[in-house]
Amino acid sequence: MTFFLQIIITGLVVGAVYALVAFGFVLIYKSSDVINFAQGEFLLVGAYVALSLVVFYQVPFLAAVALTLTMCVLLGVVVERLVLRPFIGERVISVIMATLGLSLLMRGIIQMIWGTETRVYPAIFPDAPVRLGEVVVSQVYLWSLGVALVLLAVFTVFFKYSSTGIVMRAAADDQAAAQSMGISVKRIIAITWAIAAVVAAIGGVLLGNINGVNPSLAYIGLMVLPVVILGGLDSVPGAIVGGFTIGLLESLAGGYLDPLFGGGVKEVVPFVVLLVVLMVRPYGLFGKEIIERV
Amino acid sequence: MDCGVFTTNYREDMAILHHPGAKLKVLVVVAFFLALPFMVNAYYVSVVNLIGIAIIGAIGLNILVGFTGQISIGHGAFMGVGAYAAGIMTATLGWSFWIALPAGGLAAALIGGLFGIPSLRLKGLYLAIATLAAQVIIEFGIIHWPALTRGPAGMVLPAPTIGGLVLNNDTTFYYLILAITIGAVVFALNLFRTRTGRAFMAVRDRDLAASVMGINLFKYKVTAFAVSSFYAGIAGALWGHYLGVISPEYFTIKVSILYLAMIIIGGLGSVMGAIYGACFMTLLPILLRETADFFGGGFAGLTHIMLAMQEAVFGLLIILFLIFEPEGLAKMWHKVKEYFKLWPFSY
Repeated sequence: MTFFLQIIITGLVVGAVYALVAFGFVLIYKSSDVINFAQGEFLLVGAYVALSLVVFYQVPFLAAVALTLTMCVLLGVVVERLVLRPFIGERVISVIMATLGLSLLMRGIIQMIWGTETRVYPAIFPDAPVRLGEVVVSQVYLWSLGVALVLLAVFTVFFKYSSTGIVMRAAADDQAAAQSMGISVKRIIAITWAIAAVVAAIGGVLLGNINGVNPSLAYIGLMVLPVVILGGLDSVPGAIVGGFTIGLLESLAGGYLDPLFGGGVKEVVPFVVLLVVLMVRPYGLFGKEIIERV
Repeated sequence: MDCGVFTTNYREDMAILHHPGAKLKVLVVVAFFLALPFMVNAYYVSVVNLIGIAIIGAIGLNILVGFTGQISIGHGAFMGVGAYAAGIMTATLGWSFWIALPAGGLAAALIGGLFGIPSLRLKGLYLAIATLAAQVIIEFGIIHWPALTRGPAGMVLPAPTIGGLVLNNDTTFYYLILAITIGAVVFALNLFRTRTGRAFMAVRDRDLAASVMGINLFKYKVTAFAVSSFYAGIAGALWGHYLGVISPEYFTIKVSILYLAMIIIGGLGSVMGAIYGACFMTLLPILLRETADFFGGGFAGLTHIMLAMQEAVFGLLIILFLIFEPEGLAKMWHKVKEYFKLWPFSY
């Protein structure tokens, strides 16, 4: 039982980070129909920049995070302007290849700067584990889960009530109509990329605190695909539900199936789910059913 | 050049060797490649070998992506299927390479066709994601089926023999690769002059319209996946037997992306484009390395920076080509030729 609960908690924490990254992913897809294969690299940038600020420049952790997020806003806007803007209205394959190219470019630059070895954050959260009944959980996990949940809540409220949020929803709904109401769609897309970069960076900082940072963290950028397909590519609640579901599934598969198959099931289960969802219900749990049947 | 060529019927217009000098040109090119190993040293021959294998794989991917419009991020895995199928036949079962090579291609075609079935329901983005899933699942299969594939450790493959001759060095293998590459190019060029090839292009341009015109989408989409994977399988099997070892890390998603980059940079929907792209992407890392050796030779920590830089340059090139010349090197070369066609009286 303890083992089971332990697995559930790990799954929830991983799921929360997936939900965060998937959230950015879905935002970009909704506002501009772009599948961003570089989401994992945004996460990596966030994790590394915050780490460097804390370790090399001795910036206090919270200030470092704030600086990192500011930088990620800039990065998101610049990337959108330089790389994605020329592809508005282009064929799907061009857009996919552009973001794949972007992910190669970013990963290359990241590795040129920080190398490939794993770097560890100095202990920021207290070491002492917390007891929840019979389950022992380290504080990093609880903090990560808490931060992710708060952020998701904040963004949900932001979209529901703030004027920027409403404008973004309008633009996502129908770009032409939004444009004719005097909304600058270009500005909205830029904001979207900034938000996506920021949530990915936060996910990176959280994961970095748990496992340390190395380039393989960018793999999350791929793991997020099963999440968004399960939840529905254009659904924000879907990203959150999908994130937790895939996180739990992965963790359960890792706990119970990995010993049977000698490892690796954890990574492949989400993709099996992905294929099944694509076959049965390509628009996912909460997505809009507008997929064109061939 | 080829000015003053006026075709008067469809057959002439569709001819691959379009103008009188073309036959001569092809002969010269083939003769050049036949003589190549006698003119340069073994290192360059090995580079050309790698280019040849990349050409086969890239043409395969271009048939699927460039000509049929179905996106695949699983090409690397399909190469792996071919390489492992052929490798199991030669190394474990002890069959002849000459049976294993086509059989490896067929195995890849089978698996590729299987993963092509979702293309009926899925388009664009969704198909890309489905093929990505194929890549991850096949990689998992290769690593976690040690009884068949020997897992992460990889397999050692025997060199093919022909008559009494063992093809175990660059030069002998060169002629094998050259023959298969020429076959692959000629087949692909001719494919697009047949009903099947035209159907592929019709599916790419507008599948609804194609279907209205009586093209069976199921048949042609799965065929495109199968043909493309067959090429991938042949390329993989050749690569494995050329290197003598295969392991799962040769067939990762990076390989898939590399091949996509080849056809984007070379030119989507062009056989020649696939060739240019394969040459370019194989030579680029070598050139980068030589440049680095030239400028910073001897720096110990340079290797990993070089690898990272290579990745960054690949990414940058993909983006730049997509923005500035989406039709790739093939189009650039075409423009150059057009300019000189009536030169110096170009107007």
